[in-house]
Amino acid sequence: MTGNEVVAWAALVAGADFMYGYPITPQNEIMHYWARLAPHFGRGFLQTEDEMAAGFAMLGGALVGKKTFCATAGPGNILMQEPIAMAEMMRIPGVWVIQQRGGPSTATVIYSQQELRLTTAGGNGEGLRIVYSTAFHQELFEYTIKAFNRAWEYRFPTFVLGDGYQAKMREAVTLFRPEARGWTLTPAEPLVRRPGIPALDRDPVHLRNTFNIEEELYDRLMAQLAAYDRLTPEVVEWEVEVGPETEVLLVAHGIVARAAKQACAMLNRQGYKVGYFRPITVRPFPGAALREAVAANPNLRLLVVESAYGQLLALVKAELYGFTNAIDTLLKPGVGITAEEIMAAVTARTPKEVRPGG
Amino acid sequence: MDEKRTVVRGPAENRNMPLSWRKETKPHRFCPGCGHGIALKALGEAVGELGILDRVLYGCDIGCSLLSWDFFNFDSVQTHHGRTIPVVVGAKRARPETIAIAYMGDGGGYAIGAQHLVNAAQRGDQITAILANNTLYAMTGGQLAPTTLPGQKTGTTPYGREVRKTGAPMQGPELVAAIAADGAYVARGTVGEYQQLKEFLKKALRNQMEGRGFSFVEVLSTCPTNWRTDAKATWAFLRGEMARYFKVGELRVPEPVAGGEG
Repeated sequence: MTGNEVVAWAALVAGADFMYGYPITPQNEIMHYWARLAPHFGRGFLQTEDEMAAGFAMLGGALVGKKTFCATAGPGNILMQEPIAMAEMMRIPGVWVIQQRGGPSTATVIYSQQELRLTTAGGNGEGLRIVYSTAFHQELFEYTIKAFNRAWEYRFPTFVLGDGYQAKMREAVTLFRPEARGWTLTPAEPLVRRPGIPALDRDPVHLRNTFNIEEELYDRLMAQLAAYDRLTPEVVEWEVEVGPETEVLLVAHGIVARAAKQACAMLNRQGYKVGYFRPITVRPFPGAALREAVAANPNLRLLVVESAYGQLLALVKAELYGFTNAIDTLLKPGVGITAEEIMAAVTARTPKEVRPGG
Repeated sequence: MDEKRTVVRGPAENRNMPLSWRKETKPHRFCPGCGHGIALKALGEAVGELGILDRVLYGCDIGCSLLSWDFFNFDSVQTHHGRTIPVVVGAKRARPETIAIAYMGDGGGYAIGAQHLVNAAQRGDQITAILANNTLYAMTGGQLAPTTLPGQKTGTTPYGREVRKTGAPMQGPELVAAIAADGAYVARGTVGEYQQLKEFLKKALRNQMEGRGFSFVEVLSTCPTNWRTDAKATWAFLRGEMARYFKVGELRVPEPVAGGEG
């Protein structure tokens, strides 16, 4: 099935109650499948007037104790940043599925990895979010379920960062009920409208995002940053293949990591000494794991590969402050990258005299 | 719908205030002479008399209306400028027994959030939207709003609003009445007619409780701070010039609501 259909099924088994959505390619079929499935399982769907309305309606649903989600892309992702900023400030949980398309502006409906920065660091704050970058359909399924659990466990905005290729291509996937694998679903708690009459049985709940003085905000933010620091070691995920022999470490995320992994295997068969690092959580970023991988060999060179012009690269450089390893790049904003291109980039950057097989 | 609740009475020391008012946050934070306090008093009494304190989710916009975030003894959420309607729509759709109230100013409802007002009304979302019209943006220092009167001076119309350049005062309830789905209740009240305003608000809430449709009440309100008026001139502006452009009364009344005891 297509990735979009996978996401709809994943949301269903993850216990999503309500989707609020607005059409934008390439995520539309998530809404289509969800709108078809929802009434048969007592779930809800509303097509709103724009992405802001969808995002803010999600927050309303989450406030009264329902698991809500949305899918969007590109310019829709830009509009979605406003409600996400409110979710971040007020610790209102929610799941957003981003199927990246070309940018900036309307650009293409097809594919890119150019929404990495927006998705990990959008909004007018500190970008306290959890972002999973998936590479294939089984991951789309499993990380969508995980995203619902993480969102309601930690109450930070949680994302599944896919792309147009993953959205539209067909691939085999094994669907399952999370309970059948022993996965526990995190329950949704209402933040308002808990039982009892306010003022008689309980205090009223008053939630705000506006503060009168700087220190009030500072105290709130420091508490949130501390909470985010605590969750980081529990949440970070990555994939790595590296050893003391590794000369070139490919660094990629999402579907490009899939090509990088393939290139890594083929190059190693040819005698090159290539490793591979893939952040699965691109926020929080698995910085310690990356530094450990790079430290495997002081002469190791990195090759950062992405379908954007340096968005992953910026995250990698920030994590490697103080390291002196050379960093090469293969940056192709808005277009796909094949394993062959990555292999060519590695061989071209390897001096002739040290190329395996001469 | 749960209609079994009757009027709840508060502790003795609260008897001179509606139970729905949160004593701990009084006196409220609005400027002297501001109309918000009157509009919110009417809303609080309406909620209390309808016995729905435990079912209300009150959303307030950004602008002066944000100061009402802890005004009441019912659950509330402060949202973003213009985004209060979608927040309470989301809550209402997810838990339909909720009485969803969106409280905003004219900038939030008619300018930055106009698409939400229009679409919620057109879809017939069963929420109650209440909009205070004081003819300008007050929190930010008194700028042109869609409701600013012709010739009225504001921070961004220092020589007076010119209709040819920036339009005539927005007729919000008339717009909503024209497009709202069946079952809508639409009215314009004023802080100058307290009992009538409270009656309109009760009808707007009952319309939601009875599951009929979208409810909208515009409240003509006062802003002496930005109008630069004293008490007498404030009252004169509300009752005189504003009333000439904005007609007070009910524009859409679904039959069963009209027949109710209010």
